[in-house]
Amino acid sequence: MIEVQNIDKSFADLQILHDITTIFEKGKVNLIIGQSGQGKSVLAKCMVGLHEVDSGHVVYDGKDFTSMNRNERSLIRQQIGMLFQGSALFDSMNVEENVGFPLTMFTNKSSAEIKKRVDFCLERVNLSGKNALLPSECSGGMQKRIGIARAISMNPKYLFCDEPNSGLDPKTAILIDGLIQDITKEYNMTTVVITHDMNSVIEIGENVIFIYEGKKWWQGDKKSIITTENPEITDFVYASEFMKEIRQNIQNTRT
Amino acid sequence: MYHLGRYFLMLKTLFSVPSKWTILWRRVISELEIIGISSLFIVGLMSLFMGGVIALNTAYQLTTPLLPDYTVGYITQQSTFLEFSPTVMSLILAGKVGSNIASEIGTMRVTEQIDALEIMGVNSLNYLVLPKIIAAMLFFPILIICSMALSLIGGWLALQVSGLINTEVYVMGIRSFFDPFHITYALIKAVCFAFLIVSVSSYYGYYVRGGSLDVGKASTQAIVTSSVVILMSNFILTKLLLF
Repeated sequence: MIEVQNIDKSFADLQILHDITTIFEKGKVNLIIGQSGQGKSVLAKCMVGLHEVDSGHVVYDGKDFTSMNRNERSLIRQQIGMLFQGSALFDSMNVEENVGFPLTMFTNKSSAEIKKRVDFCLERVNLSGKNALLPSECSGGMQKRIGIARAISMNPKYLFCDEPNSGLDPKTAILIDGLIQDITKEYNMTTVVITHDMNSVIEIGENVIFIYEGKKWWQGDKKSIITTENPEITDFVYASEFMKEIRQNIQNTRT
Repeated sequence: MYHLGRYFLMLKTLFSVPSKWTILWRRVISELEIIGISSLFIVGLMSLFMGGVIALNTAYQLTTPLLPDYTVGYITQQSTFLEFSPTVMSLILAGKVGSNIASEIGTMRVTEQIDALEIMGVNSLNYLVLPKIIAAMLFFPILIICSMALSLIGGWLALQVSGLINTEVYVMGIRSFFDPFHITYALIKAVCFAFLIVSVSSYYGYYVRGGSLDVGKASTQAIVTSSVVILMSNFILTKLLLF
């Protein structure tokens, strides 16, 4: 479980996050949603320590991450897997080296053991036998799956995914969503997904946090987000004409 | 002052104990190839021509019969050992190696690869920059020694082709008043310049923000700043070591 307590974050004079408090539950896919520029990614980066918070705390299973020094944070970070928006695979390494990188850095496993674990992770994301490919030789969807394989290679307790579906076709996006959900259940991880893709919300949103103007505006699950009358959320959820039509139909059915 | 402070903070972070020594040494070997061996050709080529020009220019200036012919070899050797090889070659390497480092690390920054390292718990500065610094500090002296030798050979070739001075006189000039400390002086400068080129270029790459345009700007800034810092430290080192 990850607790976020009263987080404020500013860049120069611009305050991005305002007093955000929430809990990301273990064994669930927790979604942070909101329009672009509302502070979703900043919140996630504050949670993993890529940005320092101005005030407030981030607590990983009772351990206050914000008050830790670099070395103590390093130990927590070894339990975090992260899938980046652009995958962030290392260009100079092939798929096998990318996935095995955390194992090479932080464990004393032999090359054979690392290879076995890499093969297992690649098989888990349906990329068996792609070990020798370079990231530049892989499609966007494959890169995302390699990113997931790398993120789970150390058996992390916490998984962060920053816009995992950006730039993917709907079918591949559903595949990635399904993979994230399956892995979360399989390893009982605390998963945090940053997205503005409503399909993802409907597919995997067990605990949804809506960020608006840097504040936690709303929290609920995928069912309640459809029915809420909160105007900022309805603006976001039913942004397209197609979705507006669906909403109208729902309301007509109710009346 | 802001950049200077951040530069020293960067150095403090990068000079920490690596997570695994074996990985550090593996990366040093890889960087030796990228930074050092791949620079051998350009250093060799530049040194040959540079030595040739120094020798020809010196011979052209020596019109007075009061100066012996071996002065050409002596001046070529002194110019090469004291300035041209350590300083001019470092300026050239600042362009080649510095831009490469700044753009490599800068691209890693804007594509979130450095963030990925940090989130895994890797000290990204220690992992990325330290091996480059070690490799450059180990290999730059070798490059400078090669440059010295090739520059003298270039001078000899130029004089032979133009038929100005014979080999014996040129070699006598090179050996005249030879002070071994000049080699030490050149190697000390090479090690210092290697550190400055890699650390300054890494600084600009590591702290780049934005996209590919900003990586390009950082790369240019890295070369300009490295060159200025080399020339300034060259003055300080010369004052400290020779006077």
